[in-house]
Amino acid sequence: MTADTPTLDVRDLKTHFFTKAGVAKAVDGVSFTVGKGEVVGLVGESGSGKSVTGFSIIGLVDPPGRVVSGEVRFKGQNLLDLDADGMRKLRGDRIAMIFQDPMMTLNPVLRVDTQMVETIRAHDKSVSKADALARARDALGQVGIPAPDERLRSYPHQFSGGMRQRVAIAIALLNKPDLIIADEPTTALDVTIQGQILYEAQKLCRETGTSMIWITHDLAVVAGLADKICVMYGGRVVEQGGIDDVLDHPVHPYTRGLLGSVPGHNTRGQRLYQIPGMAPSLLNLPQGCAFQARCPRADDACSAEPQITEPVAGREIRCFHPHLDADEEIGA
Amino acid sequence: MSETMLTIDDLTKNFVKKLDLAGRLAQKLGSDIREEVVHAVDGVSFSIAKGGVVGLVGESGCGKSTLGRMIAGILPPTSGRIVYKDVALTDMNIAEAKRAALEIQMIFQDPFASLNPRMRVVDIIGEAPVAHGFCKASEIHEYVSDVMQRVGLDPEYRRRYPHQFSGGQRQRIGIARALAVKPEFLVCDEAIAALDVSIQAQVINLFMDLREDLDLTYLFISHDLSVVEHISDRVVIMYLGRIVEIADTDALFEKPNHPYTSALLNEVPRVDQRGLDYKPIEGEIPSPLDPPGGCHFHPRCPHATDRCKAERPVLREIAPSRWSACHLNDGT
Repeated sequence: MTADTPTLDVRDLKTHFFTKAGVAKAVDGVSFTVGKGEVVGLVGESGSGKSVTGFSIIGLVDPPGRVVSGEVRFKGQNLLDLDADGMRKLRGDRIAMIFQDPMMTLNPVLRVDTQMVETIRAHDKSVSKADALARARDALGQVGIPAPDERLRSYPHQFSGGMRQRVAIAIALLNKPDLIIADEPTTALDVTIQGQILYEAQKLCRETGTSMIWITHDLAVVAGLADKICVMYGGRVVEQGGIDDVLDHPVHPYTRGLLGSVPGHNTRGQRLYQIPGMAPSLLNLPQGCAFQARCPRADDACSAEPQITEPVAGREIRCFHPHLDADEEIGA
Repeated sequence: MSETMLTIDDLTKNFVKKLDLAGRLAQKLGSDIREEVVHAVDGVSFSIAKGGVVGLVGESGCGKSTLGRMIAGILPPTSGRIVYKDVALTDMNIAEAKRAALEIQMIFQDPFASLNPRMRVVDIIGEAPVAHGFCKASEIHEYVSDVMQRVGLDPEYRRRYPHQFSGGQRQRIGIARALAVKPEFLVCDEAIAALDVSIQAQVINLFMDLREDLDLTYLFISHDLSVVEHISDRVVIMYLGRIVEIADTDALFEKPNHPYTSALLNEVPRVDQRGLDYKPIEGEIPSPLDPPGGCHFHPRCPHATDRCKAERPVLREIAPSRWSACHLNDGT
């Protein structure tokens, strides 16, 4: 692996769900890279395929879903070639995942120390129990849990929601992974607790050089945290680029619509821009661009498949009619 | 100031967990088991002007939903008064109380749980207006079609069941049900929290249109400060059952007075803030079962003094139409 090999390189990933009602193309040709120490925000609304993308990378897609094609190169190695055993060795060790609901990830009948020691020793049997415990305690301290020695002996139900999410993050950190996939980890939390978790996540990436994929529907969270952003719609990345570029000068009509519909400072009392209609069913995506039915710029060209283009340096989009004029009003 | 729609005066709601037989026996035998009392809402007073939108903001467990439910008449207050159009709800005769109950309607957070899954839309929306004589049973279809059009639903769908609609459409059904009895005052309890960003914008716009067309007054309960900033004229901030600050929206967001308000404002992620250095508020929200003495916020407050630990700060007017409950305003 050379210095400029990205930590993760996803190429043309396709994950489809073969249901009785038809094939749902949850992820349909997603490509992006995550560099070392980089935070990539994967943004989209429900059903855009952002979570399934995360699950596909870490190999947790359940039937009837299947990764149909593509490559997931982790430090140069294609994860899709690995067998179940090889994937298990990687998961929780080099790649970790944090889920939305920490109550689902923690085992309710095991104490936190048991779960943490297990995570360490499952990947490295040479670590003694005492050493593993010490590492577990350090990890709890690292994510800002007060009195980690006592908290190690607690059960998950004895923690509050925010503390539980910290434990989940501490477990993800235990083996010093190269990549963390965080799937809406702050959605269920209060604003002040969300701020604390974002602070820990940011500190972590800066201090340890861990790469992170932050999956969320909240553009504002990504704005403060990420270096790069991928906007997903209908199973595809419709626009990606540097965080400032995309949020300040969105080019894809969907990104512009999404930004226009976020309420805030400058919109008080005015009508918000609203994207008409609703997200299409993944079972029944239109031919060509998935956004065409809601897009103000759509025409006949959009019934063909939009390919990835790079109209501005460092920006990849899938659109026939991008907003390239820099001075256009957002939402226009 | 225009006329007042609703005033609440020193409103309190306690939830008491009564002792069971074993607990009472233990108490008789000298155990220090006691009834557990949660002061969900603790002496709250404010008023809402006719045609105004008041945003009620706070984190989980601060009592904002309980307050909304008391105003909507779903929960009886433990003490204090709710004065609607110059008459206290408790002093009303039967006819007045019935009219007030119809004029104050509530819209709930979860559009999946708040609609009866076994009723058709026409019956969900039409049941109350028929029962209260707004329309004849034979004219229910025309009446419901009108209401559905007003909230942007296709009247053709009126024979469908709730499960056949998307989340955004279901929330519109909930709004239509509230509007069907021609209310003047709407309590919206996290009414858009469960919706996707683009759908959220549609529903916010709907609320604003309805306010103009029907001259409605809102109490808009939310944990999302950017939504509240967008839609409200006045904002009430609650922490652990008490009001900490009341102010006009512009004034509050420009220069928060209470330390909790400024902390909240700092925590809210915004699309226009990038690469933030998060500096979170320390600590957790204390349990409402055992709130800290004095000012509830003092364990997390960076400016706390000894006085804050001992004495409960009074909510007082610190500038015209601006109220705050903090000892720091005394200049000591």
